[in-house]
Amino acid sequence: MTPTAPTSAVPAEEPLLSVRDLRVRFHSRDHDVVAVDEVSLDVPAGRNVALVGESGSGKSVTSLAIMGLLPRRGVEVSGEVRYRGQDLLTTGERRREALRGPEIAMVFQDPMTSLNPVVTVGVQLDEVLRRHFDLSRRERRERCADLLARVGIPDPVRRLKEYPHQLSGGMRQRVLIAIALACEPRLLIADEPTTALDVTIQAQVLDVLAGLVADSDAALLLITHDLGVVAGVCDEVNVMYAGRIVESAPRRPLFATPAHPYTVGLLGSIPRLDTPRGTPLVPIPGSPTQTRAWTEACAFSPRCSRADDTCRSTPPHLEPGGPERRRRCFHPVDPPAPLPKEL
Amino acid sequence: MSLPVPSVTGADPVGAGPPTGPEEAGVSLGRATWRRLRRTPTAWVGAAIIVLFVLVAVAAPVLTPYAPASTRWAGEVSTTSVPGPSAEHWLGLDRYGADMATQLLYGARTSLLYGVVSTLIGLLAGAALGALAGGAGAVGGRIGSWVDATITRLVDVMLAVPSLLLAVSIAAVLGKSGTAIVVAIGAAQVPVFARLLRSSMLAQAGADYVLAANALGLRRSRIVMSHLLPNSVGPTIVQATLNLATAIIEVAALSYLGLGTPEVASAEWGRMLVAAQERFEQAPRLALLPGVAIAVTALGFTLLGEALREALDPRSRR
Repeated sequence: MTPTAPTSAVPAEEPLLSVRDLRVRFHSRDHDVVAVDEVSLDVPAGRNVALVGESGSGKSVTSLAIMGLLPRRGVEVSGEVRYRGQDLLTTGERRREALRGPEIAMVFQDPMTSLNPVVTVGVQLDEVLRRHFDLSRRERRERCADLLARVGIPDPVRRLKEYPHQLSGGMRQRVLIAIALACEPRLLIADEPTTALDVTIQAQVLDVLAGLVADSDAALLLITHDLGVVAGVCDEVNVMYAGRIVESAPRRPLFATPAHPYTVGLLGSIPRLDTPRGTPLVPIPGSPTQTRAWTEACAFSPRCSRADDTCRSTPPHLEPGGPERRRRCFHPVDPPAPLPKEL
Repeated sequence: MSLPVPSVTGADPVGAGPPTGPEEAGVSLGRATWRRLRRTPTAWVGAAIIVLFVLVAVAAPVLTPYAPASTRWAGEVSTTSVPGPSAEHWLGLDRYGADMATQLLYGARTSLLYGVVSTLIGLLAGAALGALAGGAGAVGGRIGSWVDATITRLVDVMLAVPSLLLAVSIAAVLGKSGTAIVVAIGAAQVPVFARLLRSSMLAQAGADYVLAANALGLRRSRIVMSHLLPNSVGPTIVQATLNLATAIIEVAALSYLGLGTPEVASAEWGRMLVAAQERFEQAPRLALLPGVAIAVTALGFTLLGEALREALDPRSRR
């Protein structure tokens, strides 16, 4: 397979994380499922990058593939996941294990199940510190309390002795973030870190995430289905549909002039304060299960109002569509730059 | 810094300390289990029997003025009759001329000791094997799967041998003694614990917190020991309670079969049954009393074990 080189989206210096043509295939007894295909994205140091898509679009599988946490049996991962120049997919398991934590850490989406229920918060924080740093007991204890305080947990010393069930959902999520930050990662992958939370807590958690990443010059790969979250935190946005990236652009242009009909649909289905009262929300017709195989058509075509016979018979490629923008569509909405294309 | 902390558990009546709500949400597994256990009558009955049994076993010398397995009154036992209950001997004498009540009380001591020690042997050895197999299986990889498969096959082989046959062979090797019985019953329990712990660990291996621990680069040994194991021991502990009942019955069975200490008059319920056999027509109490003692004790452990299992089972939660 020839790598689909992203053209203008690549910054001058080498990005911290660079994913090229990532493809994840799950083997099952009667058929194979390609959960992720042709995914290429860059996460430069010090930037917040978003990966957006609805349930089942392959966001989480992408993040697990980057982390190397997919089960080994029955899964085929190909492509390139280059972290600081090193291809993680060809790196040995031992070396990858050492990278997890201090280099790349991850915050999972469900704070209710991602903490060990029978061990105190303090122990779970401490074991990470003990694994990755050479600190005395006393230093570790101070660092633990300090970490909890940094994510905005009041009375951290007492909380360290508590079990996850004694904390609220928001606090647990912040504990998870504190644990991930304990390793001082250069890249933090957050998989829907706010889905399980109230809106008020959501805002706090996002502030904590963005703030801490900004403080340490690390990078953040935020995985979410919530464009509102993206608008608040991220610099670059990648929109995924049915396992492929359909549009990628910097935040402002994406929100101002979305090019892919799917992105337009996502933005249209968000309630806004500035539309007149009573205006109905415009949902995307159909459901995510109505997809066609990317190999023979545009997977979004069954749900797309702009789809024509070309869309239903030819798979579209990810093509440049303006400065630092790419989209996978034959009939992009309001092309932001003149392009010599049929149409 | 003040934060709006949503109340998950509802109103906290005390208003201090960690939020411990009135019902399930946000309540620890142990606490919720204890609460359900307290509401179960069978658990109380089982616990009462066990407490009584343990008290009797511990306080046997205080409860009776006589020594066990003595032949002090052997002269009073004739070939045609065994003296029944009297003021001196509440439950009469046994066929060797020992005080029946004393024999029963000290028998509780033997049963408790043999039952607990053999179950401990089974639990420790079984849990060690199970944890090794479960841990290796959960970690996966070529070596992990190999270790898991090897141990599992080994345990399957042990399971294929009938436990009584296994016990008899062990007793045959070790000679007739209490130790043989204990080791034999312990060995027979190993596969049960090993399989149980292995399967609960494998079930836990897919949990989110294990994935999260992996994402933080924790060592696999650490994940197995501090995450998988503590979350998997529950069912094994319950099984141990239930196994105590079976162990006590098996102790009696093996000594009935004559695998225990060769001393004929020893204060052991199974031995007492053997001794009662010849005199059953003259004095049925000789067999009935130890039989009832065995049954009631086993019932106590079974009741508590079952109640504990149900209380721990999330499906039975209301």
